[in-house]
Amino acid sequence: MFVTPAFAQGAPANGDTNAAAGTQPAGQTHTETGVAHDDHATGVFPPFDSSTYASQVLWLVITFAVFYWVMQKVIVPRVGGILEHRHDRIAQDLDEASRLKAEADAAVETYEKELAAARVKGSAIAEGAREAAKAKAAADRTAIEAELVAKIAAAEQRIGDIKAQAFGEVGAIAEEATSAIVDQLIGAKASADDVRAAVSAAKVEA
Amino acid sequence: MANDPTHQFQVFKIVPIEIGGIDFSFTNASLFMVATVACAAGFLYLSTANRGLIPTRMQSVAEMSYEFIASMLREGAGSQGMKFFPMVFSLFMFVLTANLLGMFPYFFTVTSQIIVTFVLALFVILTVVIYGFYKHGLHFLSVFAPSGVPKVLLPLVSSIEIISFLSRPISLSVRLFANMLAGHITLKVFAGFVASMSAMGALGIGGAILPLLMTVAMTGLEFLVAFLQAYVFAVLTCMYLNDAVHGGH
Repeated sequence: MFVTPAFAQGAPANGDTNAAAGTQPAGQTHTETGVAHDDHATGVFPPFDSSTYASQVLWLVITFAVFYWVMQKVIVPRVGGILEHRHDRIAQDLDEASRLKAEADAAVETYEKELAAARVKGSAIAEGAREAAKAKAAADRTAIEAELVAKIAAAEQRIGDIKAQAFGEVGAIAEEATSAIVDQLIGAKASADDVRAAVSAAKVEA
Repeated sequence: MANDPTHQFQVFKIVPIEIGGIDFSFTNASLFMVATVACAAGFLYLSTANRGLIPTRMQSVAEMSYEFIASMLREGAGSQGMKFFPMVFSLFMFVLTANLLGMFPYFFTVTSQIIVTFVLALFVILTVVIYGFYKHGLHFLSVFAPSGVPKVLLPLVSSIEIISFLSRPISLSVRLFANMLAGHITLKVFAGFVASMSAMGALGIGGAILPLLMTVAMTGLEFLVAFLQAYVFAVLTCMYLNDAVHGGH
């Protein structure tokens, strides 16, 4: 409450701190321990109060040595280990990924090779089937044609036979008819030889 | 009331310890160093307890901070510098956690003490010097003599290099200390304006809006600074380690 801006500005100077230090013990109840610091309220600007140096150096050395030891023995190896482990793990995962990719590529290649082979095989089978069907059709056709030719020949043979037979019988019928006609006309029996000769002559004329 | 903006940097004893006449008391600063270590180590330990192949959110935060520092160190000091990984990672996590814990109201900011940042910086520089001489012997001194410099200019360049080398622990520690200190003081001053102006009646309450907005904005900025300073500390550590690992320029 006593502090005015003028005081605050002047405070770092020794004279004012001296005055302030004199008033302090009365109002100093908020410090953590409540210990009155009459020892160091010497009026010197606190950071330049050399009476505290020995204690500060000692405790700094102790605390910093402990801190350094903990850092060197525990923290640095641990954090370094974590980072290295992560680095290794990432490298390992990348390796694994590239290995899997190579495997996948190989599988794709195999697949395509097999697909091509299957395609070739498929078209060969189709071609073979087509050829076989064509050959069978041709064979069937020739067989049927041969059969038909044979049948036609047999039929023609029979027609020829029948014709020859018919022509053979024509002479006998004509001789019979001629002898009957001669018998009716002249009432005398013509000799079989005459009739036959006459028919043959007529046949030749016809 | 504790409106003194430097009060937050007071160191007071919790368990008084005195050895050989020197005060080694367990103080609030010690308490917050223990808290910083407990939070940082506890977070990293518990978040990675499952060793999940697929990280949880917390585990990926732990992994991100690990990989962040690992790539920073690899770029800064090459793969040979990776043997310093536990050191750089510890420094980064310690400073970051201490800075972030300091953002809680009423919490002590470990890194706002020049002695703390100086010891951390000294740790880095001593590591560089000891490892540099162990690895390169006296050739390590060639970091002070850049190659390709004319002989005439060598004394001048070398003295500049030596001064810059000696100023490294100072710049490394003061940068972190001053950033944390200034940020916390500024925050406290603006927050103090809000309290003291609003005590001055209606007009004061109206006027307190501006410092209140400023306080909110500053808080965001301070979170950025808390991370940024831890980052800068780690980056510079990597650059200095590069000298130790690879010798000259």
